[in-house]
Amino acid sequence: MDARRATTTVPRVRQVGFFTPNAPPAQPSRTHSFPLDSSSPPLSNSPVNNSLSPVMIPPSRHLSDNLVHRATSPLPVPEPSAFRRPIRSHYVAVVGSYNPTESLLGSSPPLASPSSRVIGDGEFSEESSAGWFRRSNSAKFASSFSGAFDLTSVKSSETGGFHQVKKPVVAQPKEEKSGAAAFVEPQINKVLSSSSSTKPLKEKTTKAERRALQEAQRAAKAAAKDMTVSVGVSTSKPVKHQPAQRKDAPPPASSIAVSDRKGVERSMEKERRKDIPAPRMQFDDKSRVEKAKKRAVVNQSEARNRVELFRHLPQYEHGTQLPDLESKFFQLDPMHPAVYKVGLQYLAGDISGGNARCIAMLQAFQEVIKDYSTPPEKSLTRDLTAKISSFVSFFTECRPLSMSMGNTIRFLKSRIAKLPLTFSESEAKASLCADIDRFINEKIVLADNVIIRHAVTKIMDGDVLLTYGSSCVVEMILLYAHELGKQFRVVIVDSRPKLKGQALLRRLVGKGLSCTYTHINAVSYIMHEVTRVFLGSSSVLSNGTVYSRVGTACVAMVAHAFHVPVLICCEAYKFHERVLLDSICSNELGDPDALSKVPGRMDINYLDDLTNKDNMQLLNLMYDATPSEYVSMIITDYGMIPPTSVPVIVREYGREYLWI
Amino acid sequence: MPDVQALVNDFLIKLKKRKIEGSQATARQAAELLRSVISQQRVPYTNQAGALIDAVRAVGEQLISANPVELAVGNIVRRVLHIIREENLSLATAAIAGLNLSAASDGDDDDDGERDEHTVLSAAAVAASARSTLRPPSLQTLLEDMPESATIPHTTSSGGDSEGKSKSADKSSRTRRLKHDIIEAVNELIQDITTCHEQIAEQAIEHIHQNEVILTLGSSKTVLEFLYAAKEKRRSFRVFVAEGAPRYQGHLLAKELVARGLQTTLITDSAVFAIISRVNMVIVGAHAVMANGGVIAPVGLNMVALAAQKHAVPFVVLAGSHKLNGNKWNVYSVTQKMFGIPFSALYSVGVSLCSLCPLYPHNPEVLLNELRSPSELLDFGEFSDCLDFGSGTGSPLLHVVNPAFDYVPPKLVSLFITDTGGHNPSYMYRLIADYYSADDLVVRGRIASGN
Repeated sequence: MDARRATTTVPRVRQVGFFTPNAPPAQPSRTHSFPLDSSSPPLSNSPVNNSLSPVMIPPSRHLSDNLVHRATSPLPVPEPSAFRRPIRSHYVAVVGSYNPTESLLGSSPPLASPSSRVIGDGEFSEESSAGWFRRSNSAKFASSFSGAFDLTSVKSSETGGFHQVKKPVVAQPKEEKSGAAAFVEPQINKVLSSSSSTKPLKEKTTKAERRALQEAQRAAKAAAKDMTVSVGVSTSKPVKHQPAQRKDAPPPASSIAVSDRKGVERSMEKERRKDIPAPRMQFDDKSRVEKAKKRAVVNQSEARNRVELFRHLPQYEHGTQLPDLESKFFQLDPMHPAVYKVGLQYLAGDISGGNARCIAMLQAFQEVIKDYSTPPEKSLTRDLTAKISSFVSFFTECRPLSMSMGNTIRFLKSRIAKLPLTFSESEAKASLCADIDRFINEKIVLADNVIIRHAVTKIMDGDVLLTYGSSCVVEMILLYAHELGKQFRVVIVDSRPKLKGQALLRRLVGKGLSCTYTHINAVSYIMHEVTRVFLGSSSVLSNGTVYSRVGTACVAMVAHAFHVPVLICCEAYKFHERVLLDSICSNELGDPDALSKVPGRMDINYLDDLTNKDNMQLLNLMYDATPSEYVSMIITDYGMIPPTSVPVIVREYGREYLWI
Repeated sequence: MPDVQALVNDFLIKLKKRKIEGSQATARQAAELLRSVISQQRVPYTNQAGALIDAVRAVGEQLISANPVELAVGNIVRRVLHIIREENLSLATAAIAGLNLSAASDGDDDDDGERDEHTVLSAAAVAASARSTLRPPSLQTLLEDMPESATIPHTTSSGGDSEGKSKSADKSSRTRRLKHDIIEAVNELIQDITTCHEQIAEQAIEHIHQNEVILTLGSSKTVLEFLYAAKEKRRSFRVFVAEGAPRYQGHLLAKELVARGLQTTLITDSAVFAIISRVNMVIVGAHAVMANGGVIAPVGLNMVALAAQKHAVPFVVLAGSHKLNGNKWNVYSVTQKMFGIPFSALYSVGVSLCSLCPLYPHNPEVLLNELRSPSELLDFGEFSDCLDFGSGTGSPLLHVVNPAFDYVPPKLVSLFITDTGGHNPSYMYRLIADYYSADDLVVRGRIASGN
């Protein structure tokens, strides 16, 4: 392993030198000098490196500066254990690929050495100390190390970058286990001092900077986690871990790196191919449906009269499963009551809306984890994952999962998979529960707050804002803008059969907002007076398609035709790497009978006796795909981006939720 | 006469209360009403056509003001006026032709005929001018007119005492014949209106092929017949019906289609965009067709048309000729009523009928619309507590908008299928010139202004 590293390292370091004119002299020398004394305590080097770090963060002027900064920031990282050359090499990869994204996103924060701000915030210390108390020896090292790392390279807000550090850290505990504890403390001190020394560099913090800081902190946290986890895993099988890390390295964008990266790239490609989510269950595949039926908890009969075009989607008789399931409430042994309850709520439609469903599911899993005890002769990691999977399939039977829920489940499973083996059961459970809490808090609650702050800047006095259906983020935006005293009018467009807009209308009118209510057919009538359209979304796909409540596409299309800007508000955890071109291939079918009955309109009962006719079908689609050309802007927790930047977010931040 | 007035009032009340649904039913009833008005109208000895026109116009004005957005009524009124003029003209030209013939045969010069000659001359001039405005400017009429106007002065320098007698007898017969002809023509019009479905449906086979997927929204009898006609001819296709909230006429259409054995799928209006990528053709009915080829259609169709355009799906509008009429002018009168624009401003534009008027009415989807009851959208029982919320100024916080119609601009319409065949939107103005006389279009506005 060592030998191989030595061969690959040198050219990569040279790339670093290319990027940062003042760095190369220091770097190659270090790489050459340190391979041999890998066992020597890293403390000796660290002061030097630390003093380097503040000096090397240049004030940003434009993109190229950004590049430089990116290249330099990782430099201090290897300091605690300079023998780990690969760190640097990986960073180089990061440098190459991340910078374009920065520019693409347009959200690249000013580079006024945010590292010191981290300290001021107190976040870092908290994080590191948590790691200190919670984790075992090696873990402790990792967390504190990540903390240090965090400070020196806070600037880079993408966690993906931090992930690249995994490999070196993995190597660390084996070689360093004894020394780890020893060097942790000085590490922190040193970091503190370095940060304080950088402080004078920046005078004022703009809003953008603060945001950058926030993101950086989040990234840092994620990095810290990542370290600990990888440490745990690596102790068991360090060699196998190697390719897994490689796959995560993004493709190098810098042309210099191409030649010697080819091999790596190929393996990355392979890994990435594996990474593509498996195709969804197609319900026109008879044999698979039969198999799935055998496993199913929910006893459902398929709807008889189905639309030919949507055979690949599940459709069941509604209303039949619920009483049956309710009666089984006390008999279902393997099912946890919390899960069961949430499942029933999905089924009955009591919980709807992407965020609400996600939170309910996570909280149910939290309950499950709290009540969980590993059966004898089984490992927590595997058993719990299997259990979660079975719960997920139960949820799917109750109502097909939304894409955001898929993302969330992936997060949870990855957390379970990455639990350090050294953890006791209670430790593992506590850590998972804390992870879930943090996910809810950061990815949903805080993300919404950030979105609201962004979106409010787009609301002017005298605006007429149109929204469709009921999106909780949009509702919060409207209420917040109202609180700020902005004068605007709201148009709520609603559609059958759910008529969610009525509930929203009631809440908004109750809060004193001036509202106009209409149905989706009248959208082109009302669009004349509208100045902005705010829409929520169930998921944003990586080709920029917005996958959302059915009718969103219609509203966006009409707004586009009338030259009204369409703003999509969506948390980044709902971004998904899939692509969709139409609303047919992937969708969800609702209860068809909801169509034939019009509540409150007794006179409309034409279809009462027709629902069982052979040539009559009712189609109640739940979602549609809005083409990206209709979307002016997507407001997400990473800022306001055009739909073309969605793949960037998915690629760069998409995996972040996995190591929050 | 009193019974006619009762009929008129009855119809007016129906219109005002929006009891009559659908432009076809309205058109037919309006035509029947006008027919009875004509038959009851006592015709004076001279200028019968003028009297009839005045009577029809008076009734028509009431009808139009009863429901200004039901454009079919105005169209029928105009159509009937046009019929009266045309019949009058054809009689007049026939008489003149007869006169000319007799004058030529007499061949004598008479001093007595001076006065008579003058009247005949003016009648011929009127006929010629009216003809040129009414008839499409075909090569034949152009050629015909030239020698006629040249020959009239000397050939009609005849007309003796005998002629005067025969003429009066001729006139009395003409009176009866005029009324008779007009009622015949109105009957024909009613016949046309009732059978326009069939005539449109006959063309279905040319437009619907096997395995087609057709989308429609709301309910239209014409569409139903059209689809059924294609099914009759053993084409198998499926129909997606958007329900057309808040009136849910789509449910009705779906029911009818299912009863007739068509493969029907009912979807929500919001799913139109999702579905349209798999649709081959959109076929809808219209409320009225504007002179520029724009369509006043049931609410929601603009959205469908936009989606169809996005996916390059043909958007076909079925419209009987009673719909595709001089709505442009009707719009003026409505505009005027709403905004009190002096008519003189519009008049000057209105005269230049055949040049497609560049002064197209602003915002037809707002001006030519009708806002229906909010109770179709919101249950007052549930929202009664919200409805009386008021900010300090007393204006309510909650508004409910429930328009009945959409305006589909001509660029979104691929084809009109009328009872006279398929037409491009850009051709509509020409059809309108065929069906209406320019006089009525303008006069309609003047009456409205006087109102």
